[in-house]
Amino acid sequence: MADIAVHDVDHAHEHDGYDDHVPHATSTGLSNNKLAMWLFLGSECLLFGGLISTYMLYRGRHENGPGPDQIFDIPLTSVSSFILLMSSLTMVLAVNSAKRKDSRNTNLWLVVTALLGALFVGGQVYEFTAFYNEGLGFTTSLFGSSFYTLTGFHGVHVTLGIIMLLVLVAISRRDRFTGDKAEVVELVGLYWHFVDVVWVIIFTLVYLIPS
Amino acid sequence: MSTTEHIEPVEHSEVVEHGAHGAHHGHDEHVPQDSYFIRIALILAFVTALETSTYWWGDWFDGNLDRVVVPALLIMMAIKFVMIASIFMHLKFDNRLFSWVFYTGLFLAIFVYIVFLATFQFFRS
Repeated sequence: MADIAVHDVDHAHEHDGYDDHVPHATSTGLSNNKLAMWLFLGSECLLFGGLISTYMLYRGRHENGPGPDQIFDIPLTSVSSFILLMSSLTMVLAVNSAKRKDSRNTNLWLVVTALLGALFVGGQVYEFTAFYNEGLGFTTSLFGSSFYTLTGFHGVHVTLGIIMLLVLVAISRRDRFTGDKAEVVELVGLYWHFVDVVWVIIFTLVYLIPS
Repeated sequence: MSTTEHIEPVEHSEVVEHGAHGAHHGHDEHVPQDSYFIRIALILAFVTALETSTYWWGDWFDGNLDRVVVPALLIMMAIKFVMIASIFMHLKFDNRLFSWVFYTGLFLAIFVYIVFLATFQFFRS
C-alpha cells in the first residue's frame, strides 16, 4: 500500500524532473503559482494577438503621415531585438543560479537582465521620439495609432518586468523571501521570456515583413 | 519499491545532477548547464542576424523577393518562438500541463485573430 502511494507521487513528477523541489500539496501535484503564471501568459497571448492583428489591419492606412517603409530604422531595431534576446539568456542564467542556491550570481544576472531591459526601453523611447519628429504622432493616422499602441504596450510590459527584477534583487539582498526563492525567480523569468517572445513576433510582423 | 525507480531523467545530454541539492529535497534535480543555454542563445542570435539580413536581400539579389522573404521570415520567427518557449521557459523539461495551458492560449489567439482578419478581408490579394 505504501508502495502504491510512493508510485503515485513519483508519476506526478515523471515529466517534472526539472523544476519542482518538493511535491506540492495541490490536486495537480504542481505549483499553483507556476500554473497561475502560465494561465496568465496564455491570456496575454490573446491581448497581444488583438494588438498585432489590429496593426496588421491598419498598417497601410497612413494617408496623413509617413508610412512604415519611410520611418522604420531596421538596423536600430535589430540591435534592440538582439539586446532583448540576450536579456533572455541572462535571465535563464539567473534562474539556473537560483536553482543552485548561488545568491551572488542570481543577483548579478538579475541586475544585468534589468540593465539590458532598460537599454531596450531606452532604444524604444529614442525610436518613438525620432518617429514623432518625422511627423508620426499617435493620432496622425490609423497606422500611427495601432503602431504606438502595440509597441507601447510591449514597452510597458518590459518596464514592469524591469521593476519586478529590481524588486526581486532588493528582496533577495535583504533575504526576505517567504517562499521558495528559486521558484519566485523562475516565475519572474517566465514573464521576462514571454515579453521577449512577443518581441520576436513583433519584430518580424511589424518591422521586417514588407508592407 | 524505491522512490528513485520511477523518476525519468530529462532526455538531454547536458544535464547535471546536483546530488546534494536533490537529496535535500528528496529527489534528484536535473538542470541543464549554463553552457547549453549560451549555445541556444548563440543560435537565436544567428537566426536574428539572418532575419535582419532579409531587409537587404532585395538589394543584394536585385529583384522582388517578397514571395521568398515572407515565408522565410515566418519560419525563422516560429523557430525562435519555439526555442525560447521550450528551452528558456523550460516547457521542454516541465510538466506537460504547462505546455497545454500556454499553447491553448496561443492557438486560441491565432484562430480568433485569423478569423478577425479574414472578416475584414485582410487576406484578399
